[in-house]
Amino acid sequence: MSAIQAIRPDQPDQRTAEAALAHQCLYYMLMMRELEDRIERKLYRQGKIVGGVYVGRGQEAIPVGTALLSGSDDVMLPSHRDLAVFLVRGVSPGRILAQYMARVGGLTRGRDGNMHMGDMKHGIVAIISALAATVPVAAGVAMALRYQGRNGVVFSYFGDGSTSRGDWHEGVNLASVQKLPVVFICNNNQYAYSTPLGLQMACANVADRGPAYNMPADIVDGNDVLAVHKATQRAVEHARSGKGPYMLECKTFRMTGHSANDAAHYVPKGLFDEWGKLDPITRLEAHMIAENWANRAELDQRHADVRKEVDDAVEWAEASPFPDPSTLLDDVYESQ
Amino acid sequence: MPTTYLEAIRAGLWEEMERDPNVFLLGEDIGAYGGAFKVTAGFFEHFGAKRVVDTPISESAIVGAAIGAGLMGLRPVAEMQFADFISCGFDQIVNFAAKCRYRWGAAVPMVVRAPSGGGIHGGPFHSQNPEMWFVRTPGLKVVAPSTAYDAKGLIKSAIRDNDPVIFFEHKGLYRKIKEELPVGEYTVPIGKAKVAREGTDLSIITYGAMVWVALEAAEKLAEEGASVEVVDLRTLVPLDRETVCASAKKTGKVLLLHEDTRTGGMAGELAATITESVWDYLDGPIVRVTAPDTPVPYSPPLEEAFLPNAAKVIEKALWLWKY
Repeated sequence: MSAIQAIRPDQPDQRTAEAALAHQCLYYMLMMRELEDRIERKLYRQGKIVGGVYVGRGQEAIPVGTALLSGSDDVMLPSHRDLAVFLVRGVSPGRILAQYMARVGGLTRGRDGNMHMGDMKHGIVAIISALAATVPVAAGVAMALRYQGRNGVVFSYFGDGSTSRGDWHEGVNLASVQKLPVVFICNNNQYAYSTPLGLQMACANVADRGPAYNMPADIVDGNDVLAVHKATQRAVEHARSGKGPYMLECKTFRMTGHSANDAAHYVPKGLFDEWGKLDPITRLEAHMIAENWANRAELDQRHADVRKEVDDAVEWAEASPFPDPSTLLDDVYESQ
Repeated sequence: MPTTYLEAIRAGLWEEMERDPNVFLLGEDIGAYGGAFKVTAGFFEHFGAKRVVDTPISESAIVGAAIGAGLMGLRPVAEMQFADFISCGFDQIVNFAAKCRYRWGAAVPMVVRAPSGGGIHGGPFHSQNPEMWFVRTPGLKVVAPSTAYDAKGLIKSAIRDNDPVIFFEHKGLYRKIKEELPVGEYTVPIGKAKVAREGTDLSIITYGAMVWVALEAAEKLAEEGASVEVVDLRTLVPLDRETVCASAKKTGKVLLLHEDTRTGGMAGELAATITESVWDYLDGPIVRVTAPDTPVPYSPPLEEAFLPNAAKVIEKALWLWKY
């Protein structure tokens, strides 16, 4: 598959590459927002999603701005608030919904839920619940890419909380020592479940950890998708050229609780208001209108189109059957 | 020239690396140094830094990187310097590697070599037998050879396997046992036990270094007139229930032996398996000879008291034989 998606033919404005990129970013951010709204606020409440729901509302710019720079030889290890990575890599919204709804049509065929999914055909490795466990795995994927003589880069996603785990440090250290082509992407949304940053780490920024690994680490406005995209270009170029890993700390804010059943009472109310004004979708749309890349009516149409696409995806997912209990024992091993 | 157990593992690794360019090694001190036990001596010089990767002291990263490489179609062989340190990479093994295929259909061909076992005065952190942590994790295969022949044949099979394999190689056997190995290529299938000695009165079912203890005991028991069969499991997962139950059925008396500690050890699982399958053929209770439920002590008199040996096996076996 090609992750650099062709510009959609119905795009109203292709005058400049930047406008086209903005439209592309908007589409994926809207799709992620709409899918997660549907998941968290409708399907979950309707009892159609039986397990955990963790959304990335307000953080859409990070998976979109980064993943749009991934190519066919690149491998992604998204974390649980990076849904758009799947969209950019060509996984259909219907399959994502079926995954949440524990249906056969999901990427794990009902064996696992929510964002715990992957598919090597799309170049995506599935996370496990112990976050940061993917970081050493990302190093291994990068070792393999180099071993195989491929020019791929690994996109390793994690949150601020993950950087407290030993796995994270072991994986980043190995990648640095071996000069592996990894872009480490931190979704710093300032809360790990209920734990604020100040109780998570003593340094001010996750990026402050970079120098300890002799690794460039930039702080990026994680709610500005074009800024994320630009920073990722720099990071990917560095990693792809054999200079070793690069870290991007994307500052953002988790506009929800940790999960769908966490009302986040521990977050000072003012923070939601403050960060709400920095919503990445609203900001991008304002920028697009200001640059005359789109008008409001066109953007409203984009919202409507995405809603329709998600309606169809929900229908597809609901039509997908639950797994047959007779398959319980299958696939523990290659042959049994 | 007889080949030691250690040399057999080395030969198996070497042959697989010559055969398949996707096979590579990673671990602590395995490169220029050749590994703490010298299993990989000479590999770095021959295969180079690309295929013999010295890593930081980071078991989680070693296993995690092996998983990542396995997902990409390579065949990594990760060395834990001592099996005791495998706990540092535990999450990667039991939650990541073991569950990939079941969850999302992704194969993780990967071998984790774990030098295990006591009798070398290694103390609490260089002597353990942590196989059961992995035996009870669906998705992993667990291998524990007792002979040089099997060690070579099984390491080759483990490398070719498309599921993660934890390969327990007993440190005490490394240079202690040797045998003539066949010239040329052979493998030993994963999942097949072996009757190491035929007998009719009593079965000792065991694996790893304890096979040699069982054989020594069987030899002495023969002098008493008891015909003892010794079953060498060779693989713990998948368990060769057929061979285990056939032996239990044949002799009607079963002694289960392992160097691992008692509670939750392999013996419990074997006893349940035998009871469920061939209860009607048993002529006595199933008995266990295992290490006690303690850490592995350092001081020789303590370690000797800890480890099962032929005398302990003979005592229990005689009781069972006469039951």
